[in-house]
Amino acid sequence: MHEAMIEANGLSKRYGEAYALRDVSFRVNKGEVLGFLGPNGAGKTTTMKLLTCFMAPSSGSARVNGCEIGSDSLGARAAIGYLPESTPLYTEMLVNDYLEFAGQMRGLKGHPLVKAMRRVIEQASLGDVLGKSIGQLSKGYRQRVGLAQALIHEPPILILDEPMSGLDPNQAVEIRDVIRDIGKERTVILSTHNLAEVQVTCGRVLIIAKGRLVADDTPDTLQARAGQVLLELEVLSEGTSVAALKSLLDALPGIRQVQVSADPEAGLLRAVLTPAAGRDGADHAARAAVFRAVSAAGVTLVGLRQLQGSLEQVFRELTLSGPQGDSAHHTHALTDPGNAQALDSVHAETALSDTTPSDATSADAASSGVGAGPAASEPAQKVSSAPVDDPQNR
Amino acid sequence: MQHTLTIARRQFRAYFDGPVAYIVVCTALLILGAFFWNTFFLFGRATAREMFNFLPIIMILGAPAMTMNLLAEEKRTGTIELLATMPIRDSAIIIGKFLGVLGLYAVMLALTLTYPYSVARLGDLDWGPVITGYLGLLLQGGAMLALGLLASSWTQNQIVAYFVGASLCFGFWIIDRFIVFMPAGVASVFEWLSFDYHFQSMARGVIDTRDVVYFLSVIGLALGLAFRSLESRRWS
Repeated sequence: MHEAMIEANGLSKRYGEAYALRDVSFRVNKGEVLGFLGPNGAGKTTTMKLLTCFMAPSSGSARVNGCEIGSDSLGARAAIGYLPESTPLYTEMLVNDYLEFAGQMRGLKGHPLVKAMRRVIEQASLGDVLGKSIGQLSKGYRQRVGLAQALIHEPPILILDEPMSGLDPNQAVEIRDVIRDIGKERTVILSTHNLAEVQVTCGRVLIIAKGRLVADDTPDTLQARAGQVLLELEVLSEGTSVAALKSLLDALPGIRQVQVSADPEAGLLRAVLTPAAGRDGADHAARAAVFRAVSAAGVTLVGLRQLQGSLEQVFRELTLSGPQGDSAHHTHALTDPGNAQALDSVHAETALSDTTPSDATSADAASSGVGAGPAASEPAQKVSSAPVDDPQNR
Repeated sequence: MQHTLTIARRQFRAYFDGPVAYIVVCTALLILGAFFWNTFFLFGRATAREMFNFLPIIMILGAPAMTMNLLAEEKRTGTIELLATMPIRDSAIIIGKFLGVLGLYAVMLALTLTYPYSVARLGDLDWGPVITGYLGLLLQGGAMLALGLLASSWTQNQIVAYFVGASLCFGFWIIDRFIVFMPAGVASVFEWLSFDYHFQSMARGVIDTRDVVYFLSVIGLALGLAFRSLESRRWS
């Protein structure tokens, strides 16, 4: 049994009548890197503010490093290094002075303070900017200063609220490396909307939507839930209609579900096909069948491609649908082509981490095993009702 | 305690990293100097009384300028989140900030000492009332700064903090000017509440414990309310 560094029990936070967080329970063990995922306003930041004792929960409790956040908040806070959202720092201070201040606030002084400062300066590679004022620093450096102040007292727990947001890809990779280093010996909770980030950095993922915990699992397992490969096809809208195309495709064997949408501006119809269990969009037979059926009906096929399921898909399913029961159909929340592009880019990243099973049966089996969160075993509702905006851009 | 001083030191230094300290201190010294020397040569009396009349008025406008950023800015930029999640009590934040700004005010007071010093060189100055007057200035200024800090704890907007703080200071200073219109019982209460009433006896050279206790109570009350205001983020 691992040692629990953080244990949250039924945490709720209410602002007036509205719940920002509702009955969230989880535990984080020593040495885990936990990713907090969810759309903006889902309750990630609120959870972090509760754990760091910046706010008090409306109900529920949590223990941080064995200290109850209500009764022993000083003990809990001492065990945490915290980097709040958007890295608020005293911009007029010099980097060196700021680190000294952070160390002093953590009760360090004299030689141990100097040593601690040297250590974090090394860890966050801040040697070049010590004499600069924080306001002059680039976002990436500022983020590193934020990390350095969070690490100065060697806390067993690090809580980082969106540590990668606003960074360019190079900076993000640098920060990610620092976090991964830290995660080897410490417990880390980080929030993000960047799913690729989670797959690379985190050993476990909590997905929060509308203040509720909707999934608690490893990124690999969540990924496997969406492991099925889908097919997307584009046809000219001339000579056919949404209904006609749908009935045509519905008749195909090996296809379980069809979503058709019209794009009148481009004069196209788009369809997303979910292969039946045991079948896979990646196998040629399915694509060949689609092609033959479409051309036999006299419809002009202009595009046919495979869509790789991704963590993003699971994310969308879980966060857009909310906890509603419809476990008979494991549908994929894939709608617009813009989103498909987003998926592709995510997939490009995930391919590196080798977590893309393409076997539909294993995916379904995995999905039924995702039972940790209260609603995790209840996959999404029908695609058509899902809003089509991209969670990453909100 | 250690943390309180750390916060106070950082706050004090932050004033000199930015323009606020220089602007407030220099403006105060300039205005004070103009009025002070003007009347000095007009009446030709070797006394620092004029200074004790003008400085409180200057501080009504100056104190909120020193305090407006204390908590409002931290809340606006979010740095309060880092500060308040350190393993320190909220009271350490409030007291530390207060001591930091009080330090700036003490620097300003120390610089004004050049005026009575010059007077002492020119004539025969009685240092007694000057010393008690300075104690009065420190206490009265401290009370104004505490009110300014309280105003800063109510808002994220520095401008709002400034005007609310200035209004509070002005209110406490002006309150005994209306007593002529009031029934005797109420009048004495209002008089007792007034900064000026307690300050004037000190400026004359009298140290009354009641005056000292009054100013310390105002400071304590304002800081206590600021503490509650900072703490309220937890439940809101």
